[in-house]
Order: sequence, then C-alpha cells, then structure tokens
Amino acid sequence: MQKLQDIAVRVESKDVPLNHSNATPILHEIHHALQRLATQQETTTIDLRAIPFGPGDEEDLLNRLGTGEVQIELDSLGTSKLWETAFSGVWIIDHRNAEGERVALQIEVTRVPEIIQTHPDDVTDSLQLLDNQLNPNRTETSGLREE
Amino acid sequence: MADHMKRFRQTLGESLRERGVSRRGFLKYCTATASMMALPPTMVPAVAAALEKAKRPSVIWLSFQECTGCTESITRSHSPSLENLIFDHISLDYHHTLQVASGDAAEAAREAAMHENEGKYLVVVDGSIPLGNPGFSTIAGISNLQMMEETVAGAAAVIAVGSCAAFGGLPQANPNPTGAASVSDIVHDKPVVNVSGCPPIPTVITGVLAHFLTFGSLPELDALGRPMVFYGQSIHDRCYRRPFYDKGLFAETFDDEGARKGWCLYRLGCKGPMAYNACATTKWNQGVSWPVESGHGCLGCSEPDFWDAGGFYNALSIPDSDIIRNAGIVTAAGVALGAAAGALNRSTRAKAAAKHETVTIDDLDRKS
Repeated sequence: MQKLQDIAVRVESKDVPLNHSNATPILHEIHHALQRLATQQETTTIDLRAIPFGPGDEEDLLNRLGTGEVQIELDSLGTSKLWETAFSGVWIIDHRNAEGERVALQIEVTRVPEIIQTHPDDVTDSLQLLDNQLNPNRTETSGLREE
Repeated sequence: MADHMKRFRQTLGESLRERGVSRRGFLKYCTATASMMALPPTMVPAVAAALEKAKRPSVIWLSFQECTGCTESITRSHSPSLENLIFDHISLDYHHTLQVASGDAAEAAREAAMHENEGKYLVVVDGSIPLGNPGFSTIAGISNLQMMEETVAGAAAVIAVGSCAAFGGLPQANPNPTGAASVSDIVHDKPVVNVSGCPPIPTVITGVLAHFLTFGSLPELDALGRPMVFYGQSIHDRCYRRPFYDKGLFAETFDDEGARKGWCLYRLGCKGPMAYNACATTKWNQGVSWPVESGHGCLGCSEPDFWDAGGFYNALSIPDSDIIRNAGIVTAAGVALGAAAGALNRSTRAKAAAKHETVTIDDLDRKS
C-alpha cells in the first residue's frame, strides 16, 4: 500500500501571481479624485462592485490604501463599516445586510462620507424628541419656534 | 389581506419608515440598489428620490419549459434577498414554485392580480413555450401558450428570464422536439426584456425588477433585447485574465503551468469574446467568484443557440485561423481580435450545426 510520503507532491511555481495588478489603475483614479477634492472640493465615489477584479486584487487595493485613524460602524439595515484609509480624504465604505453579506463596497473621496452626516430632517426630529423629554407635560412644542 | 393591500398602496419610502428604517438606512438601501442596477454612484440621489415615491408593481411569474434553475438563481439573490425583493420591490402575486397556494387557488390569485392591476403588472416568464403540441407542457390544464397569451394581454411589459425564455435555450436545441419558442417569438405587442443566462445572475434579475420599481420604465436594451447596463460589454472585454490574452499567454490544458498561473482560457474553449453578460464584475455567490475565476472558460450561456455552438471545449478560432499566434504579436488590437473571434465563432457554429449528429439511447449503449 502506498504511504502518504510516497505520493509525489508538486511544488507550485513561485511566480504564480498573488493578484492581477488591477489595484494600480484604481489608485491612479483615486489620485485624480484627490486632486479634484483638493482644488475644486469635488467629491468622487467609486463602486468597486463594477470593477472586474481578479483574485487578490481587492485585498491588494485595500492593503495599499491602508488604515487611517478613523473607523466608524453604522448599524442600520445590517452593519456597515467605514474607515478612512492611510490617505486622508479616501474612505472605504463596506455595506453589509442583516445577514452580514456585502451589498456594496465603495471608495468615497471626500472629507466626511455623505451617509455619516446627519440629515437636516433628523436634526429637526431630534430637537422635537429632546424637547418632549425635557418638557413632558407641555403639549405645545417649543423647540422649533423662533424666540 | 388588508395588510397586503395597505402595503401595496404604500410607497417604498412609507413602507420602510413604518418599519423603523432610518434615513441613513434608506440611503444605504439606495446605494445598494443603485450598485445592483449597475448605475454610477452619482445616481444615488436620483434613485433615492424615485424610490421614496415608488409603489411596488404586481408581478406574475410564469414557468414553462424550464429546469427551475432561474428560480433557484433568484432565491440566491442577496442584494436584495428574495424576501426583501418580495416585501420591498415587488408584489409577487403568482409563482407556482414559491407560492403557498396551489390548484384553483393559485390560478385565482393570478387572475385576481391581472384584474386588479390591468395594464400595470409585470409578467416574468422563465422557460420556453412549446408550439409543437399544446400538451407538451401545461399548468392547471392550461397550455403554456394559452396561459402566456392571456396573462400578457393586460401586462405593462414582459421580462423573459433565462436563455430558454429569451432565446429558446436548451429546449430549442437541435432537433427542438417540442417546437420550443422564445417569448419574443410570440409576443409582439408588448415590451419584452430578455434577461438571458443559464441561469441569469440573481442580481441581474433583481436589478431589472428594481429598475422598473425605481423609474417605472424598462432599462435601455441591446439589439437582442437585453439591458445594456448588464449585457453591454463582452465577458472578454471585462475579464481580469484579458491582459494574458493580449500578451499571448494561454492555458493549453486545465492542469498546466498556464492554468495554474491564471492565464487566458481562450484555447480551452472560453466563449468570452462572443458572450455578453455581467459575470466578470457582478460575479456569482455574493461576488465570491465566477466561472473563469474558477478556472473554466465561459460557455456563452447568455447568447442565442449557445447549446448548439459547436462544443464547449472547442476554441473559437483554432479550426479556422492562426488568430491566437497573431494575438501574441498584436497586443494592442485585443478588442478587434475578440470581435474577429466572435465572427469566426459564428462560422464555426454554422459548421457545427451542419455536422450535427443526433445520438440515441441505443447509440450510447453501443458505445458503452
């Protein structure tokens, strides 16, 4: 009977690529987007689901972008993670559904990702909510009145 | 029933708010929906404005000569999930595989949906329609042709899901024993969208439905009636292995050095140059992989007559030209070569059809 060590093992070639070099063009696109943000305050969003990445390309891109000092977790319709990369103004937005499956992966070149900014209507709603809490017996709301 | 009707009358924005979805949640939802529809991220505000007011359309799903692979595919949709699709995007009023009702109750649901939503509902068809004999395929004693004609009569549009409904598919393969026809062979007075593939990518099916929900219209179509956003570019042009094709680096067998290094699968029969689909970007199984990434060439399943195209492992151009050798030299002309290969394949396909030999059970017994 053949022993395990008798079975020939073929050593894979060392030059099998770890990725397909598709991260570099995206980094150039980000470079142009940063230029537009710096000079014209124009924000850019890149949908990575529309990019034909090969095995290893997404990991290569995320590794080359690195991680900066801000990480945010958004808990709405599943958990989304957002983080600023080592390049300030370049954010990764990884949206997941309630089952933890990815529903969108984007790069946003901006000062603060749009989804993080509080919507003006939410500010009005929260003012009303706080007003109700501070004045539980008052029927008329005062928070929205100009005094 | 009252809850169902209330939900049906609600806009998507109202429905989500009633379920406690925040504005950030809604924006996230719109971002995922725009991504699913292959729209640029700049369209997210327009998608949000449209979805806020969108009302779920009634959908009647008819399954004819099919293998249920298309339904299997849509149940694997994750963005949105099938449940979210049914609760948020559409009112799926008839689907004889998924619905609880059966028999007369099921058919009554179809007729009620047609009556209540006259002129507004969508009909999704998977499977081809046999014209040879009405008895080849029936549902509740109604022939496929009769059921489609009476259901389509009051529809806003028809979505032919899968290559069988779009082009005849496997049932129509030579010698086409049932006289299988595609939806567009029969329906000429309604808009027909072909969502081809065997099966189609789940998010492509849901993306087309989401487009109708969002904008109340059908997406732009190519010459074969397929949505341009998903079928506008060839597999070859979007393939991450394309640079190897341009350099003339090909796998010659499925276990050689080239295969291990992920080189181009053109010589192993990949139909990428003549196949138009979104596999290279959308991928399968929640974006995990797709056939070429798994090491197998594209079968071209989203194209008409793919089953009779002359062999999955026959390279498109090898019998007729030395286009491969040229590929290594003329690297910049990759797109033109891809197009040339597609044209050559049509020639190969015609020859294969001419040489086609039918095989009987007796033949197989003799060979074994």
